[in-house]
Amino acid sequence: MARITASVYTSHVPAIGAALDLGKSGEDYWKPVFAGYDFSRQWLQENRPDVVFLVYNDHATAFSLDLIPTFAIGTGAQYAPADEGWGPRPVPVVEGHPELASHIAQSVIQDDFDLTIVNRLDVDHGLTVPLSLMCGQPEQWPFKVIPFAVNVVQYPVPSGRRCFALGQSIRRAVESFDQDLNVQVWGTGGMSHQLQGPRAGLINREWDNAWLDRLIDDPAAAAQIPHIEYVREAGSEGIELVMWLIARGAMADVAGGPKPRVAHRFYHVPASNTAVGHLILENER
Amino acid sequence: MPLDKPYLDIPGTTIFDADQSRKGYWLNQFCMSLMKAENRARFKADERAYLDEWPMSEEQKQAVLDRDLNRCIALGGNIYFLAKIGATDGKSFQQMAGSMTGMTEEEYRDMMIKGGRSPEGNRYLGEDGDAQPHRQPQGAAGGEVR
Repeated sequence: MARITASVYTSHVPAIGAALDLGKSGEDYWKPVFAGYDFSRQWLQENRPDVVFLVYNDHATAFSLDLIPTFAIGTGAQYAPADEGWGPRPVPVVEGHPELASHIAQSVIQDDFDLTIVNRLDVDHGLTVPLSLMCGQPEQWPFKVIPFAVNVVQYPVPSGRRCFALGQSIRRAVESFDQDLNVQVWGTGGMSHQLQGPRAGLINREWDNAWLDRLIDDPAAAAQIPHIEYVREAGSEGIELVMWLIARGAMADVAGGPKPRVAHRFYHVPASNTAVGHLILENER
Repeated sequence: MPLDKPYLDIPGTTIFDADQSRKGYWLNQFCMSLMKAENRARFKADERAYLDEWPMSEEQKQAVLDRDLNRCIALGGNIYFLAKIGATDGKSFQQMAGSMTGMTEEEYRDMMIKGGRSPEGNRYLGEDGDAQPHRQPQGAAGGEVR
């Protein structure tokens, strides 16, 4: 049977992708950011999944104002890196896992979460920057990826509570798949940042770290935090953090199992406009 | 019944909700068109003519021509859509975000390196933080001495 072995959480700042693509990762500004992922790249080699269920948000790339799915699951075989306005990132094409994705879609929809099913999807920095941070610059990505896009751009966006419950449903779906697969769930975006208006550049180190503590120790409480608190305390784009609750909801302890092990925790300000947060949680083997 | 908007009392912040989205529909869709290289080339060759192909308001077109992102957002633009204009101009998210504060690029970059903008005084309208309306523009442009 398929099983969820770990969850990974990381910001997905586009400038991080650009720094890597343009060979700037050794510059003083970027060094501390990438150093925070040294452990993670090593960890991933030792804990290589077959499939990553990657929760991210599309940034007006694949979804314009013509179509705004709250939750969209990619069931395609391949996803091309998108041209976001400066040409596609020079990274490998993302290979999907249509069978597992379709199984999750069926299971989760029958569990009352109304997902949108997507077969053609160009993936933007929200999905490719986490891959780069965790894998470096390989010729091809070392695992299959199921993209899972969450609308956090146009309100109404889903609540933390809904995301946390969805993560639990995804866990049940994965565990009922009859192939022996090692699956990780990644939650991306955040942490505190605001990209617009006179309040642009807001960072709230104290709030971010308290939120991380709560995500680890009491995720059900973190899931109760309303949107307005994210916006007021962590900036208008800090709302992306609700996506981390999907990954956290998929961990074993939420379903009555043992607490996850914190394999790695990292926090750094700034990457461009953003506070970078990163966590790796492992389920007990 | 009108939408509940608990976020209207946050200074210097516009939430992209259904009302903003409706107002900015064509402005944002114009931005989406810049994801194609040939459209970027046509826009750069004659911005006014390219904008005139879209059913945008004159105010929206002027805000784009002026690269006044605060105005674009007030008129229904969303930063992730507007970022396509920035990308076309070769601007980073940091340059775009910084331009909305009145600070110079260096001032904004320095603020971020020093840990970013503090939430203190910037949570509610009526406080005295640097993002409040009465403290705009920020940086040297607002007379701040560093």
